[in-house]
Amino acid sequence: MTNFIDIAALDDIPRQGARVVKTAQGCVALFRTADDQVFALDDRCPHKSGPLSEGIVHGAAVTCPLHGWVFDMATGQAQGADEGQVQTYAVQVSGGRVLLDAASLARRSAA
Amino acid sequence: MKQRLVVIGAGMASGRMLELLFDAGGDFDVTLFNAEPRGNYNRLMLSPVLSGEKTYAQIVTHDADWYETHGVDCRFDEPVVRIDRENRVVYSATSSAPYDALVIATGSAPFIVPVPGKDLPGVVAYRDLEDTNTMIAASAPGAKAVVIGGGLLGLEAAAGMAARGADVTVIHLMGHLMERQLDPAAGYLLQKDLENRGLRIHCKGATKAILGTDRVEAVLLEDGTVYPADLVCMAVGIRPEVRLANDAHLTVGRGITVDDQLRTSDPAIFALGECVEHDQQLFGLVAPLYDQARVLAETLLGQDAAFKPVQTATKLKVTGVDLFSAGDFADSPGREDIVFRDPGRGVYKRLIIEGDRLIGAVMYGDTADGAWFFDKIKTAAPISDLRDTLIFGPAFASGASTMDPLAAVAALPPEAEICGCNGICKGKIVNAITDGANTLDAIRTTTKASASCGTCTGLVEQIMALTLGDSFTANTNPPMCKCTDHTHEDVRRLIKSMELKSIPAVMQELGWKTVGGCASCRPALNYYLIADWPLDYADDRQSRFVNERNHANIQKDGTYSVVPRMWGGVTSSAELRAIADAADKYAVPMIKVTGGQRIDLLGVQKQDLPAIWSDFNAAGMVSGHAYAKGLRTVKTCVGKEFCRFGTQDSTGLGIKLEKLLWGSWTPAKVKLGVSGCPRNCAEATCKDIGIICVDSGYQISVAGAAGMDVKETEALITVASEDEVLEATAAFVQLYRENARYLHRIYKWVASVGLDWCHDQIIDPAKRRALFDRFMLSQSVYQIDPWAELAARPADWAPLADLTIRAAE
Repeated sequence: MTNFIDIAALDDIPRQGARVVKTAQGCVALFRTADDQVFALDDRCPHKSGPLSEGIVHGAAVTCPLHGWVFDMATGQAQGADEGQVQTYAVQVSGGRVLLDAASLARRSAA
Repeated sequence: MKQRLVVIGAGMASGRMLELLFDAGGDFDVTLFNAEPRGNYNRLMLSPVLSGEKTYAQIVTHDADWYETHGVDCRFDEPVVRIDRENRVVYSATSSAPYDALVIATGSAPFIVPVPGKDLPGVVAYRDLEDTNTMIAASAPGAKAVVIGGGLLGLEAAAGMAARGADVTVIHLMGHLMERQLDPAAGYLLQKDLENRGLRIHCKGATKAILGTDRVEAVLLEDGTVYPADLVCMAVGIRPEVRLANDAHLTVGRGITVDDQLRTSDPAIFALGECVEHDQQLFGLVAPLYDQARVLAETLLGQDAAFKPVQTATKLKVTGVDLFSAGDFADSPGREDIVFRDPGRGVYKRLIIEGDRLIGAVMYGDTADGAWFFDKIKTAAPISDLRDTLIFGPAFASGASTMDPLAAVAALPPEAEICGCNGICKGKIVNAITDGANTLDAIRTTTKASASCGTCTGLVEQIMALTLGDSFTANTNPPMCKCTDHTHEDVRRLIKSMELKSIPAVMQELGWKTVGGCASCRPALNYYLIADWPLDYADDRQSRFVNERNHANIQKDGTYSVVPRMWGGVTSSAELRAIADAADKYAVPMIKVTGGQRIDLLGVQKQDLPAIWSDFNAAGMVSGHAYAKGLRTVKTCVGKEFCRFGTQDSTGLGIKLEKLLWGSWTPAKVKLGVSGCPRNCAEATCKDIGIICVDSGYQISVAGAAGMDVKETEALITVASEDEVLEATAAFVQLYRENARYLHRIYKWVASVGLDWCHDQIIDPAKRRALFDRFMLSQSVYQIDPWAELAARPADWAPLADLTIRAAE
């Protein structure tokens, strides 16, 4: 089940950048790529908890600002030699608005 | 009895439907309403009409004879005003027509940007022959036209008017042209081509207002730019024309909702073309519209038919511009790219592969294989067998074999051209090698091969390997990153020599192998472009590492440290009070004195940054750039004002140096020290640049280090006055800015170019002055307090939304 809730305008997130959404279980980072795809990931690197929202976005990947781990934003999987995964959440863009799936956020808090 | 069919709108889709209906021998009494005072013509061909390559007569698809032959009751210049569903009658202002079946084909309306002045005479859209004729009339040589919108339609309008001699400017909201059809690399090539034809392209331009009293005079952008205009063409997009359907209470989403048979929510009413929405999709290109026409014709004839949208490909109809895009080309995990770039010919090809299927293609400059790729996308044929040579198209698709790359080079005849930029053939390179040129640099010096764009460096190295055999060792200077084969030095050289002024330009012209670079090359490219083109290039914040993007140093827990500037390490009671107040107000966990003679507030939350910056600005303090690859600190001793040994005013000189140099971006951080006597209390001789004051003047030494490496500075020049210290120091910083590799501190750079070379550049008064002038030019743009600028937008630093309350419910 999904329950998409309106978060903000797509243009509130810079291209090749990110903004965060505060939730009871920590921040979720909303990323926007150069070609306007949007991804939602926990704003926390599994390595040393770096804020991924502050990383450099290239293609559909983000590089953690603290120690340079690279994550595939769609799967949350660490790339290259590093091993780890970041939780991802369903997100949609509709009519220039960004919608985040509250149901998948809730599942995380239940887990 | 004959069925009475009423059609609203004589466009390309309804025209095709009528053709198919009559060809199949359908027995209908047709009444055709049209708002335009004419029948159906090929709207796609308006661009050639605009550019003068065709006339209106040549693009008419159905003339009066055709309508008469098929007994169509034409009611042209009669917009329909109402549909009476109950009695099944359609009304215009002057007549009416009853129907058994009704087809709504009202097409689309241009989207008009809601800015002041949008209704002024001289502002047109680009939809029909009237618009086209207005543009032709306004396109006299020397006339000024502005096109708002750099998509397919806008560019065709712009190119058409330019072909008639008008001075045309295109304003596009996005970062690159045709962003829905092209990726940034192809958009860049397109822009370059159009600029070569004399069009002015302004990307990232938001229209603020259209200016003029009686008619349009100019266009004003949000960034303050004003373009004079005799004509403004709005081509930012279209939206389905659904007003009639709305008034008739049919189900309407973004377009008129239809099912697979093109039937609306009323079973007697159908719709097709740009006004419909099918399966939440809208349609603008002609191929799916013709497909809808076929399905609707068959449905009306009582046959089984269903509309299934198929993929469409895009081509721009501007003579001499060759581009093609099809399928899906968004970056996405699980997708892989095959990229081919030939900078010399301006060719770019990108294939997007998912699993073992080709799902998208973007091509620029050479689109001969477009149809073949499009077929691969549509049929979803597995391509794993072809993958090695897929990008080379159908010519290579048969009999793909794995070839030893060296064997391919060995097989080339001596007259084969290797370096296209300089016209150097294989034989000439082999001769140079046998004559003793056994390094890449030596070959570049003797033959110029690979010395321009560098794309053939790999080939030259292969020829070296073949000619020299085992004695060949490849270049030990590794490429910049995995995205390119070029070294940092090559990239810097080529950015200057080829006048590359944007990140997409560098990536295209130098053959980048990835689409958007990586976290290693993007900050480097951003720096090189800032350093080389201070007036032309705009800093790309998203290509900055977090500290420079947020103008504060990120700490291990995600908080930041804030360091205000203390010029020359001198402060005041008022500044100290402001720092103490800020520390209390923002609950700063640690206040530390730094090695650079200033004060660091550690552990500040990101959302507090704008407020703390404002507080410091109010107390007269600016950013200390403690996070920057740029000028950090100028450490000083107290000098002769207080010290009994001091020979000069070292504190004052340090402050002057810091006020001169602050705000400049450099390859790596730069720290200075100024000591008032040889006792050197400011430890100037282990800084990037150190100044030791003596009785007779000032000794400037450079290339010290006190980090991972410890190294004493080396003497650069001795001068007599403070003014000369300022000029020589800024000139040396500029020399470093223009030549060093990103992230190399001064001592590493000097080791690679040699102190003697640096000395020669600085000792020559003309060269020194020129370097100083270039430094000051850059400072005119970049010597700004980023805190003041960023503190004005506090919302950007806060979370986008707070779901904590909602989640707790």
